[in-house]
Amino acid sequence: MASDSTVVLLGERSEIKPRPRGEAQRLSPGRFALVTITLFTFAFLYVPIVVLIVFSFNSARTGATWQSFTLQWYERVFNNPRILEAAANSLIVATLSTFGAVVIGTLMAMAMERYRFRGQSAWDGLLYMPVIVPEIVMGISLLIFFAAANISRGLLTLVISHIAFCMPFVYLTMRARLADFDRSLEEAAQDLGADEWVTFRRITLPLLMPGIISSALLAFTLSLDDFVISFFVTGVGSQTLPVYIWGQIRRGITPEINAISALMLVLSIVLVIVAQLIQRRQRA
Amino acid sequence: MIQAFRERRSLRIFGLMGPGAFWLIVFFLIPLLIMAVISFMSRDQFGFPAPPLTLENYHDVIKDIRFNPSISFESGLNIRLFDGLYLELFWRSVWLSLVSTLITLLIAFPVALFMSRLSRRYRNLALFLVMIPFWTNFLVRTYALQFMLRGNGPINTALRALGLEPIDLLFTPTAVMIGLVYGNLPFMILPLYTSLEKFDWTMIEAAHDLGADTLRAFQRVMLPLISPGLVAGSILTFVPAIGSYITVELMGGGRTNMIGYTIAQQFSASVNWPFGSALALLMMIIVTVAAVLYFRTGRGDQRAVL
Amino acid sequence: MVATPDRIGGFGSEGWVIPEAGTLSEYAVEMRDVSKVFGDVVAVDHVSMGIRQQEFFAMLGPSGCGKTTSLRMIAGFERPTSGEIYIDGKAMGSTPPFQRNVNTVFQSYALFPHMTVEQNISFGLEMKGLSRSEIKRRVGEALELVRLPQMAKRYPRQMSGGQQQRVALARALVNRPKVLLLDEPLGALDAKLRKEMQMELKTLQREVGITFIFVTHDQEEALTMSDRIAVFSKGKVLQIGTPLEIYERPTTRFVADFIGETNFLEGTVQEVNGEFASLIVDGGRRFVGRAMDGVRPGVTAVISVRPEKVQLVEQPDSSPNCYEVQVRSIAYVGSDTRVIVMLGNNQLDVWEQNTISTLDPNYFFKPGETAWLTFKPENALVLAQ
Ligand SMILES: Nc1ncnc2c1ncn2[C@@H]1O[C@H](COP(=O)(O)OP(=O)(O)OP(=O)(O)O)[C@@H](O)[C@H]1O
Ligand SMILES: [Mg+2]
Repeated sequence: MASDSTVVLLGERSEIKPRPRGEAQRLSPGRFALVTITLFTFAFLYVPIVVLIVFSFNSARTGATWQSFTLQWYERVFNNPRILEAAANSLIVATLSTFGAVVIGTLMAMAMERYRFRGQSAWDGLLYMPVIVPEIVMGISLLIFFAAANISRGLLTLVISHIAFCMPFVYLTMRARLADFDRSLEEAAQDLGADEWVTFRRITLPLLMPGIISSALLAFTLSLDDFVISFFVTGVGSQTLPVYIWGQIRRGITPEINAISALMLVLSIVLVIVAQLIQRRQRA
Repeated sequence: MIQAFRERRSLRIFGLMGPGAFWLIVFFLIPLLIMAVISFMSRDQFGFPAPPLTLENYHDVIKDIRFNPSISFESGLNIRLFDGLYLELFWRSVWLSLVSTLITLLIAFPVALFMSRLSRRYRNLALFLVMIPFWTNFLVRTYALQFMLRGNGPINTALRALGLEPIDLLFTPTAVMIGLVYGNLPFMILPLYTSLEKFDWTMIEAAHDLGADTLRAFQRVMLPLISPGLVAGSILTFVPAIGSYITVELMGGGRTNMIGYTIAQQFSASVNWPFGSALALLMMIIVTVAAVLYFRTGRGDQRAVL
Repeated sequence: MVATPDRIGGFGSEGWVIPEAGTLSEYAVEMRDVSKVFGDVVAVDHVSMGIRQQEFFAMLGPSGCGKTTSLRMIAGFERPTSGEIYIDGKAMGSTPPFQRNVNTVFQSYALFPHMTVEQNISFGLEMKGLSRSEIKRRVGEALELVRLPQMAKRYPRQMSGGQQQRVALARALVNRPKVLLLDEPLGALDAKLRKEMQMELKTLQREVGITFIFVTHDQEEALTMSDRIAVFSKGKVLQIGTPLEIYERPTTRFVADFIGETNFLEGTVQEVNGEFASLIVDGGRRFVGRAMDGVRPGVTAVISVRPEKVQLVEQPDSSPNCYEVQVRSIAYVGSDTRVIVMLGNNQLDVWEQNTISTLDPNYFFKPGETAWLTFKPENALVLAQ
């Protein structure tokens, strides 16, 4: 289940086998029902998003009546220093915590996959916990912790917390990759005279790179998306973008939020495309 | 020499595990333990934890419980066995989360099934279409849904323009339910799809060949084989649902309370850290027990097949 | 059989460098009382053997008998639980694989998927720190040697199984190791390609004059290719010898049974007379064959005789091993005719070579007929149980 859920999280698939088509072509009642449900589901998923994007170009300040096309909300977004600062904070936190989570998560996966040692199953369980514990609980426990440790909240606490919740996902992804890793390749390298460090650098690392990139993308997205945990560990001057958006939504609707939302949507589309391209290149 | 080898080995394990272990212990486990300790503390006049140790927080959770079974249909099915503010809160949270997980599953399964049966090209397209909401900010998506359902939002504007009665859905339990399903659908579809995509349909033919009808073939062959995706999807849906905060606030307007939301409030609006910690600990226990039980059944099924 | 130790192989300005005779120890690899235990499995059990310089040496045995484990200990991937391995006379101790002058051709080839053929082959030379031009030259030669010069820029996945196999070979050979270890290198190939590669490998080994240690569980492969064969069973080495010795003079029942086909008749040794021993088989019949180790009067033993060394005749002859038998079945397989006969309760295989061309069905025995079975004492072995 470990590998499966993470494989799923990254949207990776096993090699696609060709399937006999004849059967699937007939429009039986069952198939008709499947088509209908699927179409409705996609509509359900996409209509709100598309409507939001459309209305981000609406000049009306409130309500949902269309007035005229405008780019003013985007202009305002790019001229609002608080938004820009929040976006910058989000990127800084995401970058740093991705780096941290990938490094320590990968190392841990190597230890867990390649060695047998005492207490190992306890660690395995512990590494699953952050996936199961609701983020609200993680958020408040970190809030309490930073308060108790007298660490003032800000970018540092954000990065620390984001590493903590991203790391298990990196770990699970890398563990699955390492389980598939053909150890005889490393033996072959040593056989040809490479010492352990060279083997790691020239063989292990390049072959793990696709997995590392996938898990980095995952960690990056998780970090960028996180609101609940960030909400509790963020400081006054260190709001991330989701925390800023939250504040604005609660205060009432500003059309700028529609514009930011549309921009974030575009960002995730770009990330998905990048992920897919990387995957395609790997398979080729 | 063996000694040196052993030492080098444990040194290496230590080096690899060290940073991650440190992080997990210091920034995950210890915070949870502190939270657990605080749940047994009193509060000072500002709502922050203070000595002495007490069981009062837990007593507050259960003190007003009465047995009072009832079923009502106002805004969805409500089954109650007990009365009591916080017990009801827990019960409603678990119930809403279970129902939302079930609805999500019932929608996601046919979608994933259909996707897995598409030809390669369309399959990739469909997958792409699921991945986008999957990777899109949850807050933004929930906000988009709220925007749709608002009193003066696009739906009602359209209804009014057509001379129809506007619907007043937002800030009801139904809206929360819609929000949970909407938010979690991609997290259910993708794991299910991954399992179904790997599923070898000749298995079903083999089952039929051995005399199983469609239902039995599904139950005995397909279900166990796709159970990893089922378990993963259900956990990825149930856990965020029970702890949900954004959805409760944006779709329920705080009126349909759920446990995650109440916990958050103890740390923001109405400051009461010890009580909030107690609620959080209880919720964590519920979720962990549910997850472990669920994992078990998933694995059990697979074993039964082997 | 051993390649001439002067200049060998026609490639490169230097050819393969063979150490001067004086510096050679007798054995390229020697295992002295080596054991390897995994948990409660004894994978290799007190094995001692020496593999000579420039020898083509095969390790043969059924699955799980410890061949791979032995090879991995020589390569340095596993450490012996006890005993010591010597390469070129030097005790290996805990020398890591990358400091041993041996190279391995892996069963799965283990070609680096992210490197081209060229990069795969140059990897070992880079590790040695050779110059760019030297590497380029030697890689070119190695590709030439395995007849893949036009494939340098390909990736392993773009090649057929046989081509990948040759790249794996080139990648190992290019380092000019003291010893080349091959773990069932032909296992993944189809029957025809396998035959071809057997020939190629053998030729190549003569050309380069490197010691080959070759693991296989295909007895025919071992017989055709090797200078000497070690037969393994359950972690132990039962016999080491040339193919001829292994086939014609197996010292144990297991080896006689594992290599080729043979008939066994169980009985008690009656007397030992010089080279020969007589055996009383149940039913009272007496057989004579060569006495092998441990055969003393009174011990239980088997007489082992290969099907091609038994004849069926119509009249009894003077051999002490001549008895009347019932023909049970007969199969014409072209080059010979395989007859199964019953001698009392014992079933024996007899292979008669078809030295005469005939269409006359009466030329052959028929099921149900009686005949006389005979073989010479010097063609049979009496093996202690
Ligand atoms: N790493 C290991 N851990 C535990 N047991 C092992 C290990 N490697 C080998 N064994 C055991 O040691 C025994 C010998 O294995 P080995 O791989 O050497 O056999 P083999 O002769 O190469 O067989 P095959 O012809 O099937 O390749 C087997 O019983 C095997 O199960
Ligand atoms: Mg083997």
